Amino acid sequence: MSKEEMLDMEARFERYVAAENKVEPKDWMPEKYRKTLIRQISQHAHSEVVGMLPEANWITRAPSLRRKVALLAKVQDEAGHGLYLYSAAETMGADRQDLIEDLLSGKAKYSSIFNYPTPTWADIGAIGWLVDGAAIANQVMLCRTSYGPYARAMVRICKEESFHQRQGYEIMMALAAGTPAQKKMAQDALNRWWWPSLMMFGPTDENSPNSALSMKWRIKRKSNDELRQEFIDKTVPQAEFIGLTVPDPDLKWNEERGHYDFGEIDWQEFYDVIAGNGKCNKQRLHARNVAHDNGRWVREAANAYAEKQAKRRKEESSAA
Amino acid sequence: MEAKEKYVLRLADNALILGQRLGEWCGHGPILEQDIALTNVALDLIGQSRMLYQYAAELKNDGSTEDDIAMKRDVFDFYNVLMVEQENGDWGKTIVRQFFYDTYNYFLYEALCTSTDQRLGEIARKSFKEIAYHAQFSAEWVIRFGDGTSESHERVQAAVDDLWEFTGEMFTPDEIDLAMTEAGIAPDLNQIAAQWKRKVTQILDIATLKMPESSFMQKGGKVGEHSEYLGFILAELQFMQRAYPGMQW
Repeated sequence: MSKEEMLDMEARFERYVAAENKVEPKDWMPEKYRKTLIRQISQHAHSEVVGMLPEANWITRAPSLRRKVALLAKVQDEAGHGLYLYSAAETMGADRQDLIEDLLSGKAKYSSIFNYPTPTWADIGAIGWLVDGAAIANQVMLCRTSYGPYARAMVRICKEESFHQRQGYEIMMALAAGTPAQKKMAQDALNRWWWPSLMMFGPTDENSPNSALSMKWRIKRKSNDELRQEFIDKTVPQAEFIGLTVPDPDLKWNEERGHYDFGEIDWQEFYDVIAGNGKCNKQRLHARNVAHDNGRWVREAANAYAEKQAKRRKEESSAA
Repeated sequence: MEAKEKYVLRLADNALILGQRLGEWCGHGPILEQDIALTNVALDLIGQSRMLYQYAAELKNDGSTEDDIAMKRDVFDFYNVLMVEQENGDWGKTIVRQFFYDTYNYFLYEALCTSTDQRLGEIARKSFKEIAYHAQFSAEWVIRFGDGTSESHERVQAAVDDLWEFTGEMFTPDEIDLAMTEAGIAPDLNQIAAQWKRKVTQILDIATLKMPESSFMQKGGKVGEHSEYLGFILAELQFMQRAYPGMQW
């Protein structure tokens, strides 16, 4: 394809997505669109899988059997989301094994929020309420993303995530309505998760150079700052309702804007955790690598058995 | 304690302790699909334990809840068989532990479906479909490993040999089992043993694995005499209820 033809194709592609049409796996798409989406979808898949770890940390210690069952089911859902998303990435020609190798080697990123620890039970509530809440804000938007398989995976994921979010909030509600010890636990968790949750939306718009292209291609439909503001506006009243205090002295309702004003985010912390300096970066990646290495013989055995069976079937059918 | 209550607790403790062990795997499985599958088994088992603890609480009739019973007893008051508290080990050992136990559980619950105890019969009928799936899942993996690579064969044979000594306790009746059989509440364990042995022999044979020859069998779990593992399992299971007693979660 000549350069002119390529530019023409790109212009047509842009008009196509601007008219709210969905891009499907066999359609022509700019190489950068494909690469951007593979990166985004696989990062999302990795986040689901790594995100299992801080929550699974509490499965054996959940305070009641009812909570234990709910937590197991939740972590299992996250694994399922990982699977849909790896499949969505595969529709663009990526290979799941390669994507996983990139995660294990540290080359691929996942959501930095999962590099924070879950030392207390209230962290399970806070993750559901805040982390899943922030994820939903982003994912509701992605239900209308221009790439069809990704949008469809998101519709399914969003349904489950909003259930998780309610479940997390309900854990916090029970703690906040409990004894002083329980309330302290809840407040402590909110104090630790609030700012990292706001960071989940990514850098401010002026520091997010790739966003414009993603918006043009209708991959993203709202800016980082817009989504962050939506999340804050929705979440602050929820905290107030259960009697917890959002750890931001500058937080104030702005009548004129119709939004909450909020304090300065510590972007240094954000970049430090991305750079690998969060409390649990090493631990998370180590856990994924150990699981992968310890599982090697299992995967090899399953493949060897499947091959033997296929060979046997072939021999049987040729003998018949 | 009434014999029936103790019998229900045995069933409940087996389900809970094994579910707790499987919960340790969540997020650490060898492949995402199998992580999901094993978590599913854990979910089923803990769900079953809840129905059984709720029934035990009714029999106890002193205001105890399912969580009181699960979270506030010490090691010597737990009645699970030793098999379910054994360490996870590698994925192969977990699968073999599951295979031995699931196969037992399959025949046991199949029979409990027609228990003269109406409530236990209902619980068994609700649980049996899940248990049948567990038994199929673990048997398929035993075959896959036995007939997979030489490494998987060796690993799974080692697990079979290692866990064999815990199989006997499942079938050795004591006075509680005998009283339950007598009342038509539970099946005759000799019958379950015969069904179990037939199935296990068949699967190990397909898997090209050897049935261990050793006949020495450990016992004690059913009457509260446990290994060192159970204390640690309970330390995690009961941490919150012990550290924050009497609270709602």
